[in-house]
Amino acid sequence: MAQKRKVRIMVAKPGLDGHDRGARIIARAYRDAGFEVIYTGLHQTPEEIVEAAIQEDVDMIGLSSLAGAHKYLFPRVLEILREKGAEDIVVCGGGIFPEEDIAALKKAGIKEIFTPGSSLDEIVKWVEDNIKPR
Amino acid sequence: MKSTAEKVVAGDIRAVARLIRDIDDGMPEIREVLKEIYPYTGKAYVIGITGAPGAGKSTLVDRMITHLRKEGKTVGVLAVDPTSPFSGGAILGDRIRMQRHSMDEGVFIRSLATRGHFGGLTQSTRGAIDVLDAMGKDFILVETVGVGQDEVEVVKSAHTTIIVVVPGMGDDVQAIKAGILEAGDIFLINKADREGAEKTAGDLRLMIDMDQEKYRKGAWRPPILKAQAVADKGVAELVEEIHNHGRYLFETSDDIKLGKKRVRVREELTDMVEKRILEEVINNITKTAEFDRAVDSIVSGDTDPYTACEELVLPALGLSE
Ligand SMILES: Nc1nc2c(ncn2[C@@H]2O[C@H](COP(=O)(O)OP(=O)(O)OP(=O)(O)O)[C@@H](O)[C@H]2O)c(=O)[nH]1
Ligand SMILES: [Mg+2]
Repeated sequence: MAQKRKVRIMVAKPGLDGHDRGARIIARAYRDAGFEVIYTGLHQTPEEIVEAAIQEDVDMIGLSSLAGAHKYLFPRVLEILREKGAEDIVVCGGGIFPEEDIAALKKAGIKEIFTPGSSLDEIVKWVEDNIKPR
Repeated sequence: MKSTAEKVVAGDIRAVARLIRDIDDGMPEIREVLKEIYPYTGKAYVIGITGAPGAGKSTLVDRMITHLRKEGKTVGVLAVDPTSPFSGGAILGDRIRMQRHSMDEGVFIRSLATRGHFGGLTQSTRGAIDVLDAMGKDFILVETVGVGQDEVEVVKSAHTTIIVVVPGMGDDVQAIKAGILEAGDIFLINKADREGAEKTAGDLRLMIDMDQEKYRKGAWRPPILKAQAVADKGVAELVEEIHNHGRYLFETSDDIKLGKKRVRVREELTDMVEKRILEEVINNITKTAEFDRAVDSIVSGDTDPYTACEELVLPALGLSE
């Protein structure tokens, strides 16, 4: 049956911090919005995240981080995407970050940053408006 | 510029990933690509793994990959999880258990959602199997939850079908649907560390051995194995049995082999014809101005859906007087 293309999103949690409640909540919100979510679990390296994103042919990677590793890990994901010629995959981040970090991350090419102030509805809405299946 | 098919055959990961997406999304362009790659298929050994939710299928697949890689084989994985019937979305989490293989170039893992399009899962999974086969993967592991008809259909087309059960669920063995039981080439009792593994094995043996006549005639007698996938216990034995079953398949006489192939090809072609007819006929009816007008008329109360349906369908099938 010819059908509409489905948005595919990878939710990943780089770094060493030990729980993924936030990532699971956002994964469920995406599913309930009709997206296909590939959830890869904890402790992923940027290399692993990019490799999985390519094999899964996702439209977007949502990175979540609490432990302050974002400053290095998020841009590193972008860098590897570029190396692999996969910079068309949009990268977003979520977590608690100082203002100046948010500006720096966006400058590095992270398309959007969600903070605890963003509601799930707002996040889903942003994805619906900005992520089109490639 | 290389064509998509050429890239796939050359093992280009992005091309492979994209083609599987297009197959899953039902893009019409894929038909030509699938035709082009078909001559490069037929070399991979396909293993289906099915069983109840949470039985340990993904953990098992993870371990099987390790064993097959040690043998120097390349591996493709298709992990199917259910689509939410409410939103059409899905959380595909099988990859979590297979993380350790993500940097291994000899392994390609893809998560698929059931999506609930009728007969579509079988179609798109078969398509994806062909793609991984054409890209040169030696083994293709397909994981599905053994609940829906479609999911079972998928693993049935594998060379070897493994049914994963866990002990201690009371009626677990009785709960295995007849169709699934017949499809099993190997039964694996996972989480054998749990109480009741012996009893489950006994119950399974009874059910499988019912038809002794079949085995006297030389049919494959499904072994019942015990494993603890998390601890990598019993997985080497499982892989060994898969190879045994493979040898059984390929050592049976050419007549039987060809006969089996005929049966499989006939089944797959029938499926494909069914799906194509549905697609063409339904598009012919629903993508018309007439259809839109019928919707309007029902909404405005000028007609009822039963009449409208008849008026649309009968002429399209040449059945109206
Ligand atoms: N005790 C025990 N637990 C196991 C064993 N194998 C897997 N598990 C655990 O069972 C849980 C489910 O494992 P999965 O591999 O995700 O099961 P699955 O069948 O793929 O699950 P779905 O894809 O959700 O249907 C995990 O917590 C595993 O660690 C085992 O041999 N013994
Ligand atoms: Mg699983």
